[in-house]
Amino acid sequence: MTGLLEPRAIGTSLERLDGRAKVTGTAPYAFEHPVDNGVYLHPVQSSIARGRITAVDATEAEALDGVIAVLTPANAPRLVSGDDRELAVLQSDEVGFRGQFVAAVVAESSEIARQAADMVGVTYDRQPHDTELRADRDDLYAPGVVNPDYPTDTSDGDPDGAFASAAVTIDETYTTPMEHNNPMEPHATVALWAGDALTLYDSTQGPNLVRDGIAGLFGLPADRVRVIAPHVGGGFGSKTLHANVVLAAVAARVVAGRPVKFALTRQQMFSLVGYRTPTIQRIRLGADSDGRLTAITHDVIEQTSRIKEFAEQTAVPTRSMYAAPNRRTTHRLAALDVPVPTWMRGPGECPGMYALESAMDEMALACGLDPVEFRIRNEPDVDPESGLPFSSRNLVACLREGARRFGWERRDPIPAARREDGWLVGTGVAASTFPVIRIPGSAATIRRVHDGRYRVEIAAVDIGTGTWTALTQIAADALDVPVDAVDLQIGDTALPPASVAGGSSGITSWGSAVVDAAREFREKYGPDPEDGDEAGGAMPDNPDTERFAMHAYGAQFAEVRVHADTGEIRVPRLLGVFAAGRIINPRTARSQFVGAMTMGLSMALHEDSVMDPRFGQVANHDFAGYHIATNADIGSIDAIWIEEDDPHVNAMGSKGIGEIGIVGTAAAIANAAHHATGIRIRDLPLTADKYIR
Amino acid sequence: MIPFDYERADDARSAVATVAGRPGAVFLGAGTNLVDHMKLGVANPDLLVDVSRLPFDVIEPLQGGGVRIGATVRNSDLAAAPVIRQRYPMLAAALLAGASGQLRNVATTAGNLLQRTRCVYFQDVTTPCNKRRPGSGCSAVEGYTRDHAILGASPHCVAVHPSDMAVALTALDAVVQVEGPSGPRSLAISDLYRLPGDQPQRDTVLEHGELITAVDLPELPMAARSSYRKVRDRASYAFALVSVAAAVDVVDGVMRDVRIALGGVAHKPWRASRAEEALRGAPAAEDAFRHAADAELTEARPLRDNAFKIPMARNTMVTVLRGLTWEEGR
Amino acid sequence: MDVEMTLRVDGARYRLVVDTRTTLLDALRERLGITSPKKGCDHGQCGACTVLLDGRRATTCLALAVAHDDAEIITANGLAAGEELHPVARAFLDHDGFQCGYCTPGQICSAVGMLDEVEAGWPSHVSEELAGGVELDDEEIRERMSGNLCRCGAYANIVAAIREVAR
Repeated sequence: MTGLLEPRAIGTSLERLDGRAKVTGTAPYAFEHPVDNGVYLHPVQSSIARGRITAVDATEAEALDGVIAVLTPANAPRLVSGDDRELAVLQSDEVGFRGQFVAAVVAESSEIARQAADMVGVTYDRQPHDTELRADRDDLYAPGVVNPDYPTDTSDGDPDGAFASAAVTIDETYTTPMEHNNPMEPHATVALWAGDALTLYDSTQGPNLVRDGIAGLFGLPADRVRVIAPHVGGGFGSKTLHANVVLAAVAARVVAGRPVKFALTRQQMFSLVGYRTPTIQRIRLGADSDGRLTAITHDVIEQTSRIKEFAEQTAVPTRSMYAAPNRRTTHRLAALDVPVPTWMRGPGECPGMYALESAMDEMALACGLDPVEFRIRNEPDVDPESGLPFSSRNLVACLREGARRFGWERRDPIPAARREDGWLVGTGVAASTFPVIRIPGSAATIRRVHDGRYRVEIAAVDIGTGTWTALTQIAADALDVPVDAVDLQIGDTALPPASVAGGSSGITSWGSAVVDAAREFREKYGPDPEDGDEAGGAMPDNPDTERFAMHAYGAQFAEVRVHADTGEIRVPRLLGVFAAGRIINPRTARSQFVGAMTMGLSMALHEDSVMDPRFGQVANHDFAGYHIATNADIGSIDAIWIEEDDPHVNAMGSKGIGEIGIVGTAAAIANAAHHATGIRIRDLPLTADKYIR
Repeated sequence: MIPFDYERADDARSAVATVAGRPGAVFLGAGTNLVDHMKLGVANPDLLVDVSRLPFDVIEPLQGGGVRIGATVRNSDLAAAPVIRQRYPMLAAALLAGASGQLRNVATTAGNLLQRTRCVYFQDVTTPCNKRRPGSGCSAVEGYTRDHAILGASPHCVAVHPSDMAVALTALDAVVQVEGPSGPRSLAISDLYRLPGDQPQRDTVLEHGELITAVDLPELPMAARSSYRKVRDRASYAFALVSVAAAVDVVDGVMRDVRIALGGVAHKPWRASRAEEALRGAPAAEDAFRHAADAELTEARPLRDNAFKIPMARNTMVTVLRGLTWEEGR
Repeated sequence: MDVEMTLRVDGARYRLVVDTRTTLLDALRERLGITSPKKGCDHGQCGACTVLLDGRRATTCLALAVAHDDAEIITANGLAAGEELHPVARAFLDHDGFQCGYCTPGQICSAVGMLDEVEAGWPSHVSEELAGGVELDDEEIRERMSGNLCRCGAYANIVAAIREVAR
């Protein structure tokens, strides 16, 4: 990369441009777009996990006043493509998981739709289902690749031999449970057909992804589908294209001319919009007597759905994290009668680094080394996986700065040695990492409009990440104008296309497109354009991606208290130090880091979707049963970052920051809990029952 | 949710007559549990009689000591009432440990008493549940039982009562005033709730149409030294894994009297009578607390996922008693 | 069964017809198009639908509209005085006390109601002395705001925003 933008607006803590609309509640989310003559959809979900629908009796429901249509596999409009079985909604009588859509009601009010949905009688030919992930299954298989396109297995040197001859070893298995993304805004769509054109107000992370997917399913040119999403109430990976959007579009086809409003219930979200797979991870580490790693193996077992493969890249971060000449990683899947897993904040890195960073803590203890020092000692010079140099890697700086600020040097390494007011107190550390991802396909248009202003258009989205604000700052610097001269337009596929808000890739991908458009614009029109002048650009190729390994790094420090009598666990203090390139907006960046660490704390202490194998569904499928952290669960929590100049990543010099904050948090907390109690818990979440004696 | 009629009650007597005369009728308080259940299809009433505005929203002294709490007093008002905070702190503490600020602002005293179990199978109409559909079977007994009972359960139901407030009221020997089709009656709170036995569909002994109008707290000076400790999976806004309400009367280092009730362990708030018995006259000391807690839990029978509740209940009882007697020992 | 009723929302009076089954939240969102209160769980488990109901913070998803004829409702939108944001809303902006914004109107209504409760001397689960006064430290704010879930994890900034207003 050449020609880093000179930061002027970049690096300033501009207040969120969408902030006023959000604090008053006037920013319209998908379901809230005013439409005329709207109708409401309520789905019927399968009550079996595997089998066939033998009959759907809609007589009673259809007779109910206010019911407009009952959709069933027998009468639903045919989709053109049925290859993706998650999206082939009402296209066959096959049931692949419990909770699958098997019918739906469209009615004049939400109350009537829901009542009528309960009146639809569905009978099944039930087949035995299997929803249990266990390490001893005999049907585990190796997928072709793991997400998105990493090799399933890797091996360097002789890991088994090196492990066998290592002076110090650990060999432990760590598990993480099924976890659900649970954005606060339930997935919602308003769908309206007018002729052969479809408009979707959708709660989505990827308007273009939804547009293209829906167009393909209906056999339409992409430009006949428009997806609008100016504000999205969180996603965390779950708001891509799922069956709910397809169902809304199918139903709207049936009641053409009337907008169909469809919001999932919180309960429905536990079976229809993905989740993080549970994982069973065996890690073996071998080290020489100086605490230098000689062998790292990371073998992962996880699940996917029988109807569609999703292979979480859990062991991928282990491939480039620490120096060891002998390394192996593997992924094995069980294909079960369960809903399809999906991306969830930090997919791969988040569960994988929980295991690796827990193991690193155990290994530091086994080697008699401080956990910070142990990591520094095993810092690689080049990417162990690719052999490429790092475009920038400041893990050591993060560890040192974090240790300094956290007061790490005062730490007594002996576990279970501190007690205050009936609470056992400990501290722990873990490393964070996340790759710099760029997703092709983003373009931007810039037009000079009246009063010396510039309209910047790209179908990016703001799912809470601060896109409205950060892209405006980037556009301002790229055009060399003040931020208030920029009118950013996002969240609409009528604008130039944008890649999905995922993989912490948004600013890299969209920002690069905006910068390219601005350069085009200035090249064409110079510093004094006329109103109406317009230029477009796209994310350029970056040859440096072939020459460098690109990752962000961080270090997280946790203080944990465990009640000596009740086992209750609290995290009064959490500090994250990150090195993630140039920070576009410190205010929103800090929120991203701290927010992800908060979700990491939630993962560490609370989150656990309990699969009941008898029914094949998550037993605790609501917010009373599936706990996410409340305000009271958070103590002092902060994130800082160190200056990092990386000229290779993109024109802004930025690395993605949406996910790295959740990577390592759970390990830091688990390690601190061990330091507090002497009890090593290797199965998340860290609930009170696991510490009570 | 099926359609239903709605009536606002003018007085208790006519409300009782209306509900008693219609099998599908129920009383509506704030609705924080009933509407929840109606959405899930757990409750399907055809008439709601709204009693939330009946003039039962007062807390008043009882003749001969004690306090009467009106049935529609909101949980937050009850928790904030000076008489409760000073004379029955365990009750204020229990209320404040329950739900959230915005739910406590609307939830009523009677509604809190009559809230139903949060057993996940009870709330999911696609799974069998004897409490919801008698005879359909209990999905919990061999299922996900982290939150379930360790005491007093039956093969038909292993659910627990979710109220915090009711645990404190049980320790306080509260008396529930009821208006019914055949007139008023009073029930000791320990007689209000039932164990599941072979009729888990019945949480209480109340008959259809009976309406709680008030809860009386007896005069109990020792309750001024009382507390409520709730152990849960989150620091706030979660139901109890285990909770303990206790009051002590300690003279010269000896437990002259003690009241203990447990939450999260049984189909009803569990009065820890065995522990109380073991403690009366015993020294206010760690060993005695531990012995008493063990005595209470000898009959405890864990399920697949909740064996931890036994040490948790024991340790929490000990912690609470230690806290309440700590000043004495200083 | 349809029922005609009145709601007073953010200073305006509305006559509307609701199904007896319609919750207060759905009456606002689906009948009146007032979407400042959000639906996050519909079961009293998240707080996104919090408004000030007859002066107190309350969830609206478990309240039946028909039971609240003539109620006075203030949403986060109604807290503003014209162009001037409510101090709590202003502090949420200043401290970046939100990200996706979906729980935010509920958080803000909850904070406004909560500050009144503190003013009235109501204790909380974490108050040292149940019988005494309340000092609104961070621990108190966190506990009192725990009925409002935020999945983006803006809690730390929410606490900072409320702390500033309370000062």
